[in-house]
Amino acid sequence: MAATAERALGKATSRSGEHLLGIAALVALGVSAVMSLVVAPPDAVQGEVQRIMYVHVPSAWLAYLCFFVVFIASIAYLKTKKTRWDRVAAASAEIGVLFTSLAIVLGMLWGKPVWGTWWTWDPRLTTTAVLLMIYVAYLAIRRITDNPSRRARWAAVIGIVGFIDVPIVHLSVVWWRSLHQGPTLFRLGPPEIEGTMLLALLLGVAAFTITYAYLMTLRLRVGRLEERVAREALSPLVGAER
Amino acid sequence: MTSARQATLIARKDLLIEVRGRHALGTLVPFAATVLVAFGFAFGPGREVLERVAPGLLWMAVLFSAVMASRRAYQTESEDGALEGLLLAPIDKAAVFLGKAVAVTVELLALVIVVLLLVMVLFDLSVADPFLVLAAFVLGAIGLAAVGSLFGVVAESSRTREAIFPMLVLPLVAPVLIAGVRATDLAAAGRSGEVWSWLGLLAAFDVVFLSVGVLVFGYLLED
Repeated sequence: MAATAERALGKATSRSGEHLLGIAALVALGVSAVMSLVVAPPDAVQGEVQRIMYVHVPSAWLAYLCFFVVFIASIAYLKTKKTRWDRVAAASAEIGVLFTSLAIVLGMLWGKPVWGTWWTWDPRLTTTAVLLMIYVAYLAIRRITDNPSRRARWAAVIGIVGFIDVPIVHLSVVWWRSLHQGPTLFRLGPPEIEGTMLLALLLGVAAFTITYAYLMTLRLRVGRLEERVAREALSPLVGAER
Repeated sequence: MTSARQATLIARKDLLIEVRGRHALGTLVPFAATVLVAFGFAFGPGREVLERVAPGLLWMAVLFSAVMASRRAYQTESEDGALEGLLLAPIDKAAVFLGKAVAVTVELLALVIVVLLLVMVLFDLSVADPFLVLAAFVLGAIGLAAVGSLFGVVAESSRTREAIFPMLVLPLVAPVLIAGVRATDLAAAGRSGEVWSWLGLLAAFDVVFLSVGVLVFGYLLED
């Protein structure tokens, strides 16, 4: 009885926490939209089209953040064998694939008017595309086996190896060729970006990160429910055996 | 028995199976040759284009063959429950990985020699610095074999969905493809000075993937 009450309580608090995060994400995205579309000035050279940056850069940031989380969760899973870490890795990989695709598509929309081409074999673009392919394969592998422990172990190994591969891929493509606009933000010396624009960009990054946290809580809950369904669908059979 | 000795034994066993049965090379050499001829149809018959894309085609043929060879390396194990026997044997799991990687590397290098000769004949590729080209292929084959031997287990267990293994391996080995083709291209053109940094990249890839493989391979098998 106490256990049931406790579980119900735990569920209620987690749900309200979830709603709070959702509201925070919504507000942050709204403020960020106003900042980037209205408050921030158009770019001196590129004009209005440069505003894509306020969603492109946060998407790309999330893509790498997600796969970093997959990497850490994968190591934690192999170390502890707790299924929670596997759920975290799976959820983060799904969200990561979503935002990597978004970053690439937004980059193309920005690249067409500015560089005059949808696609160029630039280091960061190419690395991101390779990243997308690795994690699409990661998700595909998660689907091929019914054995949950094997699925978790395989996925964890790919989550680790895939992330370690990224710097090597990037280095090889940098040597291969380069055209991307140099990093404006993360470099020594004062950033080469106007104050309001920088604020809008950082706000976008923050808003996307909160959205990520919200999506993670949703996906983790779905993951827990999926596991429960699998367990409970199995238990009558186990009972019949006895 | 040290891990190195165990790895050597595994590699020796695999190569012995290969020498006696010629399963991998018996299929891989004709396969690579067919791929090259198909590339010839796609980009030929003009000599100029073929000559320019030859290093790339060469590496593509090796890459496809590496995918097949790594899958083959675990197919032999799945027959007659050999893999279970290997897992029950008191040997280091990392040694299994290293042994497989060594065997696949040797098979790939045997294949490379044939393919290289074919490309020189078919596409008129002249190699100014054969030593550096061979170095690129040795380092590249090790990298391909490392990734292939690591995930070959996955390929073997997912036989019903064949596309998944290449889907995973091809993006992971993108640096090998880029560095290998560049190195071959430069060495063939006689610009040897610029080859070394690419060889360094290939060597770094090998070291990273061999060490990561040694660390994580056991987790793939643990059932």
